[in-house]
Amino acid sequence: MSKHRAAGPGRAVLVPGGPGGESPAGDPGADLVVDARDLTLRFGGVTSLDGVTLRHHRGEILAVIGPNGAGKTSLFNCLTGAYKPQQGSVAFSPEPGRSHSIVGKTPHSITKLGVARTFQNIRLFPALSALENVQIGVEMRQRYGSIGAILGTPRMRREERSGVEKSIELLELVGLRHRVHELSASLPYGEQRRLEIARALGTGPKLLLLDEPAAGTNPSEKLELAELIRTIAGTGVSVLLIEHDMRLVMSVAANVTVLNFGRVIAHGTPAEVQRDPAVVEAYLGTQDDDSVGESDAPAGDLVGNGGTGRDQH
Amino acid sequence: MGFVHQFWQLTIDGLMSGSLYAVIALGYTLVYGVLQLINFAHSEVFMLGAFGGLFAARELVNNFSDTPSGMASVGIVLVGLAVGALCGAAAAFTLERVAYRPLRKRNAPRLAYLISAIGASLFAVNMAGKLWERQNVTMELPFTNGTVFHVFSAEVNTKTLVIILVAAVMLVLLDTLVARTRLGQSIRAVAQDADTATLMGVNVERVILLTFIIGGLLAGAGGFLYAMTFSASNNMGFIPGVKAFTAAVLGGIGNVRGAMLGGIVLGLVESYGGYVFQASYKDVIAFLVLVLILMVRPTGLLGERLGRAA
Amino acid sequence: MSTTSATPATPSVAPTPPPSQPGGAAALGRAAAAALFSLAGLRQLGVCVLIGLTLALMTGPNGKAAEPLGAVRHAILAPRIVTYLIIAAVLWLLIALWPLARPLWSMGQAAARGPVTAVAQQRFAPLGLNLALLIVAIIMPMFFSNAAVTWMVDGVGIYALLALGLNVVIGYAGMLDLGYIAFFAIGAYTTAYFTSKTAISAHFPVSLNPFFVFPIAFVLAAVAGVLLGAPTLRLRGDYLAIVTLGFGEIIQLIANNSHWTNGPRGAFGVPHLSIHLLGINYSWKLDPKPYYYLLLAIIVLVMIAFGRLERSRIGRAWAAIREDEIAAEATGVPTLRLKLLAFAIGASVSGFAGVLFASKQFFNPQIFSLQASFLVVTIVIFGGMGNRLGVVVGSVVLQGLAFYLRDKVPATDRFIYFGAVVIVMMIFRPQGIVPSRRRKREISLAEHGVGHADSLGSAPTSESGAR
Repeated sequence: MSKHRAAGPGRAVLVPGGPGGESPAGDPGADLVVDARDLTLRFGGVTSLDGVTLRHHRGEILAVIGPNGAGKTSLFNCLTGAYKPQQGSVAFSPEPGRSHSIVGKTPHSITKLGVARTFQNIRLFPALSALENVQIGVEMRQRYGSIGAILGTPRMRREERSGVEKSIELLELVGLRHRVHELSASLPYGEQRRLEIARALGTGPKLLLLDEPAAGTNPSEKLELAELIRTIAGTGVSVLLIEHDMRLVMSVAANVTVLNFGRVIAHGTPAEVQRDPAVVEAYLGTQDDDSVGESDAPAGDLVGNGGTGRDQH
Repeated sequence: MGFVHQFWQLTIDGLMSGSLYAVIALGYTLVYGVLQLINFAHSEVFMLGAFGGLFAARELVNNFSDTPSGMASVGIVLVGLAVGALCGAAAAFTLERVAYRPLRKRNAPRLAYLISAIGASLFAVNMAGKLWERQNVTMELPFTNGTVFHVFSAEVNTKTLVIILVAAVMLVLLDTLVARTRLGQSIRAVAQDADTATLMGVNVERVILLTFIIGGLLAGAGGFLYAMTFSASNNMGFIPGVKAFTAAVLGGIGNVRGAMLGGIVLGLVESYGGYVFQASYKDVIAFLVLVLILMVRPTGLLGERLGRAA
Repeated sequence: MSTTSATPATPSVAPTPPPSQPGGAAALGRAAAAALFSLAGLRQLGVCVLIGLTLALMTGPNGKAAEPLGAVRHAILAPRIVTYLIIAAVLWLLIALWPLARPLWSMGQAAARGPVTAVAQQRFAPLGLNLALLIVAIIMPMFFSNAAVTWMVDGVGIYALLALGLNVVIGYAGMLDLGYIAFFAIGAYTTAYFTSKTAISAHFPVSLNPFFVFPIAFVLAAVAGVLLGAPTLRLRGDYLAIVTLGFGEIIQLIANNSHWTNGPRGAFGVPHLSIHLLGINYSWKLDPKPYYYLLLAIIVLVMIAFGRLERSRIGRAWAAIREDEIAAEATGVPTLRLKLLAFAIGASVSGFAGVLFASKQFFNPQIFSLQASFLVVTIVIFGGMGNRLGVVVGSVVLQGLAFYLRDKVPATDRFIYFGAVVIVMMIFRPQGIVPSRRRKREISLAEHGVGHADSLGSAPTSESGAR
């Protein structure tokens, strides 16, 4: 698909805070890649998501922020099929005019539709090489089966070759060309994060979900990461980003959705969200924080002068 | 002789085998609770307990010229139960030490535990075959097996009554242990979250070992009941083992009361089913029940509640 | 046994002085004494004595049910116990003094390892090795007696083929199938059904050449595998183990009780394999050698096929499932379908082997016992799960030993040793004697908390609430 809207033009749809929010019926003509409405997810007695509505415009970099335990990763898990929300709907539209309901689908079929993700605590295939990790992603779209593999059909050889080529291109893109044959578990932390992104890109996504990609990386890696995210968005992939590092969020995201206690408390451009009193309160916190270290760093980060690069995990 | 006519007899029979399944199933469920593992060698714990109890009780029975009566027979059954339970506990202890603990120390993948349990099972079955021949070993009952009373049209004989009573007592004792005692609390804590339990000062290694031993005591005593009624043999454990596991899954694995309920339900289903189908295919019923639960309600009747009493 | 796997180092042991220094021997002696008679050392002694007693029991005379402790008395309370106590003592010395010897050993190993890995890096080396092994396998039967070659077919070859199939389930997909021989039985009875009007009561209207039954049995076993695996695999993987265990027992039960299968009498007179094609007429008859070469050819083909599978996207996806099932699923790998595929491939190889077996000889339900399934598992574990050559070597070594020791170790005692082998392997060398490099890496990474090494699924956690 063509570049619809790269990161930048703020298209703030401010969803009023409060329980459930009203379903954003407004802006009906919007080209949404994700239209999630009223997602509610409970574990036993704990409500992890409480009527969350998320609208992600095509081609946009959207960030989801919020204190720990606000439900960000739960939201990701609902979007990728790892969890099935008890209520609500998720419509994913890989291209304009085509839309799929995602709730109830298995994670791999959602990936096949065009949603890829990374994990908060890196989940690579540790005993496989960097190349093989990416190959797994690339090869999920290949067609040859076990019989083709055993017989070594021409199609199998062709697909095998193109799979390796594409995987190496992606490793190049994330700056890991020199690590092709190294064991993924032996890579440094920051490179593992980038390898995970390459693997996700291998699946040919229209929507990429990044769960705290900057966690545990150093400041220069963060700059490279921001660049990488912009590059990815530049190729027409919509990016949904969970991130604690506000400087990164501010520098790449077109819009920000803020979650707290499983609810959306604000949505808008980074600048708008920063000024939102509900957000400031959520971060400065009158409630007692179980959020590890959140209370000290992000409040500063939120106004843009923090960004010490420290991470809490 | 229709089904209705047979109904009560089948119910009594089902309760008898069901209570045995329940007793064995507890061992599976307890170990699953603390380790999240199917203890494939549990059936051999049952078998070794059966041999131990049978040999001890047989020795005592042989000292009487005719059927011992009254207190003596009660005593013999109790001795058999005790020796069976102790042998079961010893077997479970050894199993945990040899086949599981070294792997746990290494943090081995789960597949390794299953395989090493298979090894232990293979070893025990064939060792028992070597030591005590590969055939059915029986004993004379220490009591006269007469009809005690009737339930509607069905006769309840002494043997059945002894099994059901003993099993019921053991089930109640275990339920109390898990629900009320400090050890039970520790077991539940480990089942819910072993890491947190460690932080709270629970000695996880000790709890695991004790869980095995409790399962072994029950299975061993159950083994004696089984051997007294039917017979003991080196491969006797297999079928009751699969059935007891089915019972544990049926009730909801990790759920103590679920295992009890599952055992009884399975015993009844099998008893009624055995009447409807050919008797030689009776063992298939439990398997069908297992596959059916897995398809329809994999969490079992009462749900998987690791770490809760019920 | 547990203590032996614990770090055996005693804290009191000082770093070993080089033996050449004067007084080094005395210091070494003191260190040795300290190692032996420390608390840990004495515990190790206890464990070694227990191992010795177990060995004495394993190798001792058979007992009688009428005299429960008879076997123990004859095995342990007899002069022969001295031998086993000596074994225990030697074992103890080895284990307790290991920390002292380790520096020397690791030096030697480092020296030895260098060139070996260098060879392993060259891609030709495995090919050369494989060819050499193949040549050995081809000429071997010429030097053996007929009885030995028969065993090389029934005992070694068939089980090597079965192990190759089960390796797909255990080694590639990381699951456990304990009723594997059931598919073998399906293959064997299918052959009897399709090839003969008299072998078993049930028969197909037309008697086919056994060669035509290969594809039928292949498909039937795969279908049975899918029917069995589909409901089970959606759940935790360890359930598969027990469901297959039950399935194996039920297939044997049906074979034993149904009149279609001739019950316990088994199948007689399944025709031998024969080729009538393009003017070539050849029949496999009673001589075991032709069967041996046929089996060898099939094994080599299966090894090549599975090698290609392993290196394809299918094999990589299996590796991904083993190492992190959730990440695999998120990367678009249809985990359930691939696990089913592995299970079905394993089953079909077993069914295929069943045809070969049935066309060679008489069979009855006893052959398809639970122990036969366990034997295949043992071979895969011992040989090295995930390594095709390893599992074949496993079959050759274990079954070869069984044959070699057939006069010394009663056949019924064999499984005592197999059981012990499985436990010992799991404790000390879970990757097997000829490990798959990747599997070995996975196991060691998993033990350090990185990823997994099987696809048994995670235990029910908070996730199950939302699923």
